[in-house]
Amino acid sequence: MDFLNRLRRRREPSSSDVAQERLRLVLAHDRAQIPPGLLAVLKDEIIAVISKHIQIDADGVEVTVTEGPRKTRLVADIPLQARQRRRR
Amino acid sequence: MAGKVFTVTSGKGGVGKTTVTANLGVALARLGQKVTVIDADIGLRNLDVMLGLENRIVYDLVDVVEGRCRLRQALVRDKRLPELCLLPAAQTRDKTAVSPEDMISICDELRESFDFMIIDSPAGIERGFQNAVAPADEILIVTNPEVAAVRDADRIIGLIEAEERGPAYLIINRLKPKMVRRGEMMDTAAVVELLAIDLIGIVPDDESIISATNTGRPIALSDDHLAGRAFHNIARRMMGEDVPFLALEEPGFFQRLLRIVRTEGE
Repeated sequence: MDFLNRLRRRREPSSSDVAQERLRLVLAHDRAQIPPGLLAVLKDEIIAVISKHIQIDADGVEVTVTEGPRKTRLVADIPLQARQRRRR
Repeated sequence: MAGKVFTVTSGKGGVGKTTVTANLGVALARLGQKVTVIDADIGLRNLDVMLGLENRIVYDLVDVVEGRCRLRQALVRDKRLPELCLLPAAQTRDKTAVSPEDMISICDELRESFDFMIIDSPAGIERGFQNAVAPADEILIVTNPEVAAVRDADRIIGLIEAEERGPAYLIINRLKPKMVRRGEMMDTAAVVELLAIDLIGIVPDDESIISATNTGRPIALSDDHLAGRAFHNIARRMMGEDVPFLALEEPGFFQRLLRIVRTEGE
C-alpha cells in the first residue's frame, strides 16, 4: 500500500505543465500588446481612482490579462473592504 | 498546370525549417509530384547542402531577379529525383536584393510547370520573411514543443492573420516522445491548444537527421526512419489526402498503469 501511496503523492506540476502555464501568460500579453509591467501601473491607478469613492481591500486587487476563445480581456478583481457586520 | 506555393516559416531560428523544406520536397517528388524548393534565405543559404546539391549551383535567385540568367537556367535538378529542382539563394548578397514582387513573379512563372513550390523562409519577421511569404498560397509554421519556439510561432501566426494571409498550418518538429511521456516536454495537444491553428504534421526527433545532413541525403529519401515517414505523411496531406497522424505519444503499459493508479487516488 505504501508503494501505491507514494505513486499517488507525486503530483507536482511537471515541467511541461509549467511551460504551458508560462506560455499561456506570455502569449496573452504578446497578443494584447500589453507589457506585464504596465499591469502594475494600471493596478495602482485603478486602486487610487476607486478608493476615492469606495473602500476597497487594496492588497487583494488583481489586474490580469486573460485569453478567452474569442476575446482577450483585461480583468480587474477588486475585493471590497470587509464590512463590520452584526453590530449591535 | 497551376502549382501551389507553400512557405515554410517559424520566426525563431534553428527549429528545422530548412530540414522540413528539403524533406517535404523529397517526399513530394517521391510521390510523383513536380517540385521546386526555393531558398529565400539570401546571404545564408543552406537548402543546397541539405539536399547535397551545393556543387551544382551555377546561377541563383538574385541572378534571376537581376536578369543575368533565365529562371530555367538557375534551377538545379536533383539527379536522384528528376521531379525535384532547387532554386538556390545568393550567398554574397542580402535580403534587400529581392522584393516581395520579385518572389511573386518568379513563383507565377514556376506555377506553370510545377505542382509544388516550397519556399524556405529565413528566421525573423523582417524583409526576408516578407519575401518568403508574399507568394504563398499556404503557410507551414514549424515549431518545437518548447517555450521560445512556440512563442515565436505565435508572433508569426499573428502577423499572417493581420495581413490576412494563409491558411497557415502547424508542423511540430523534434518531438521527443519519451520526454512527453515523462511530462518533461509539452505534448502535441498542448501546443495546438496554445497556438490555435490546424496541425498538419508531427515529426519525432531523430538522430538520423544529423547524419542525413552530414551526407546531403535527406531522411525522406528512404522509408527506414520514423521521421522520414512523418515527412511523407505531411507531403500527402499537402496533396489533399487525409492521413492519420503517427501515434508517437501513446503511453506504454507502465505509464497507463500509473495513470490509472493516480486517477483512482484522487
